[in-house]
Amino acid sequence: MKVYLGGEAEVRIHENEVEKIRRQKRYRILELDEILRKSRTKTEAKIISIARRNGVPTPLILDVDGDKIVMERIKGEPVKMVMNTEVSREIGRMVAKLHRKGIIHGDITPMNLILSDNRIFFIDFGLSFIEDRVEPKGVDLHVYFESLKASFDNWRELREAFIEGYREYGGTEDVLIRLQQIEERGRYIERVEQTG
Amino acid sequence: MIVLGIEGTAWSLSAGVVDENNIILIENNPYIPREGGIHPREASQHHSDSIPDLISKVFSNVSPEEVDLIAFSQGPGMGPCLRIVATAARLISLKLKKPLVGVNHCLAHVEVGRWRTQAENPVVLYVSGGNTQIIARRGNYYRVFGETLDIGIGNGIDKLARHMGLKHPGGPRIEKLAESGREYHELPYVVKGMDLSFSGLVTAAQRLYDNKVRMEDVAFSFQETAFAMLTEVTERALAYLNLDEALLVGGVGANKRLQGMLRTMCKDRNAKFFCPPNELMGDNGAMIAYTGLLMYRHGYETRVEDSAVKPDFRIEDVEVRWD
Repeated sequence: MKVYLGGEAEVRIHENEVEKIRRQKRYRILELDEILRKSRTKTEAKIISIARRNGVPTPLILDVDGDKIVMERIKGEPVKMVMNTEVSREIGRMVAKLHRKGIIHGDITPMNLILSDNRIFFIDFGLSFIEDRVEPKGVDLHVYFESLKASFDNWRELREAFIEGYREYGGTEDVLIRLQQIEERGRYIERVEQTG
Repeated sequence: MIVLGIEGTAWSLSAGVVDENNIILIENNPYIPREGGIHPREASQHHSDSIPDLISKVFSNVSPEEVDLIAFSQGPGMGPCLRIVATAARLISLKLKKPLVGVNHCLAHVEVGRWRTQAENPVVLYVSGGNTQIIARRGNYYRVFGETLDIGIGNGIDKLARHMGLKHPGGPRIEKLAESGREYHELPYVVKGMDLSFSGLVTAAQRLYDNKVRMEDVAFSFQETAFAMLTEVTERALAYLNLDEALLVGGVGANKRLQGMLRTMCKDRNAKFFCPPNELMGDNGAMIAYTGLLMYRHGYETRVEDSAVKPDFRIEDVEVRWD
C-alpha cells in the first residue's frame, strides 16, 4: 500500500481500491475541523457522481463514511507518461463537459489523470467546487496549461489540441476570452529570462 | 556597505539603517488615524510632516557621510504616501551624492524574513493590512501562488475591530479578546484552490456582534476561521510545491495564534516553521534597506528619472539575481 500526504487529505492506495481520508488537522479547533472535513468529503463525492453521470470517466465510489471516501482504483497509465495531442484533445472535451455542468475541477494536471481503456479518468476532485461563472473556468484552464509547461517541451501543441477539444461542444468562447485576460494579468505574465 | 532604507507605503513611516550583517537602527513614526480607517491623504500629510524629523533622528545616530546607498519602498501602496517617501529619498540621494534603489515592498518582507531566519527556500505567507499572499520562488522570480480575492486579512481585522468600537490598531485588541473566547460560531470559510476571500467572513462576524454575541467569542470565531484558511493554503502550497519550509511575514504575522497554527501544521508534516522577530514583522525601514543592499550588489540602481512610484508594483516584476 502506498500513502500520499496531500495538502488536505491522505490518500491510501490499495490493490483494488483507494481510500481518501481527510484527517483531523490539529491546527484548527475541533468544531471547525469537523464541519470542514465532513462537508468537503460530501461535496467531493457528490461532484464525482455528477461528473460520472455526465459522461466524464471517474472512479466508482464504493463508500463514503464521515471523512473518508473509498473508491475504485483505476489501473492504467498516468497521463504524464502517455501525453500526446490526442490525449490532450480528449482532456479538453472532458473539461468542457465538467464546465457545462458548472463543475470547476480546481486542479487539472497530468498527475491527476489516468489513461485506462483509451479513456481519460479524472481521479481527484479534492479541490473541485460548483460555480457556473466564467472566471473560475478560465483559471481551471490556466492551471492545466501551466502544468503542461512544467512537464512537456511540446506544451504549445498540447495546449492547442486541448483548446480544440474544449471548443467542440460550443458555448466555450467566453471562457477562452477570459483565459486570455487571466494570462495577461500581472501575476501570470511569463517573463523572458534576462542575462547579466 | 551602509544602507538607509525608507518605508511608508501605508500608515507606517519608518527609516532603517543596515549593513551586510546587522540592523544598525530602526526609527518609526506611524500615522494613527483619529477615527475610522486610514485616509490616504491624511496619512501622506502625516508622512510629509514627520519625515524631516525622522531622517534627522537617523542622522543623529549615523553620520550622513557613512551612508553608501539610499533605498526606498517604490510600491505597492497608497500613491500619496509613496510619493512622499520617494521625494525624500531622491532628495537625500542627490544631496549626499549616493545612489538610489527603488525596492518592492513585498519583496522586502520576504528577503528580510529569509535574512533574519534560517529559511532557505520557503513557502512565504505574507499577511498585512492590504496584502495576503502565498509566495514561493520559482527560478529567478518569486511567484504568487495564492492570494486574497478581495480584502487583505489585516484590513478585515481592522474593519471588524472598528465595528466593535475598538481603537486602531485593531489586530492586537482582537487577539487579546480572542484569548478569552470560549464558544465557536460558524463563519464563512472561503478557500478556492490557493486563493482566499475575507469580505464575507468580516460581514458575518460583524453580524454576530450586532446580534449580541460576546465580543470575545466574535474575535475568537473570526480568528479561528481566518487563520485556519491561511494555514490551509500554506499547507497546500507546501504539498503542491514539495517544499518543507514555511516563513510567516507581514504585520498580521505578529499574532501568536496564527504563528501557533502554522507551527502545528508544519510539525505535523515534518516541515520547518520560521518567523522573524516582531519588530521586523510589520512595515519597517530595515527591510527596505536590506533589500536595497541586496539589489545594489546585484546590479540594480534606480536613476532619479526612473524613480516614479509604482502603486501596483508586484513582487513578480522583480528579477531575483541572488540566491
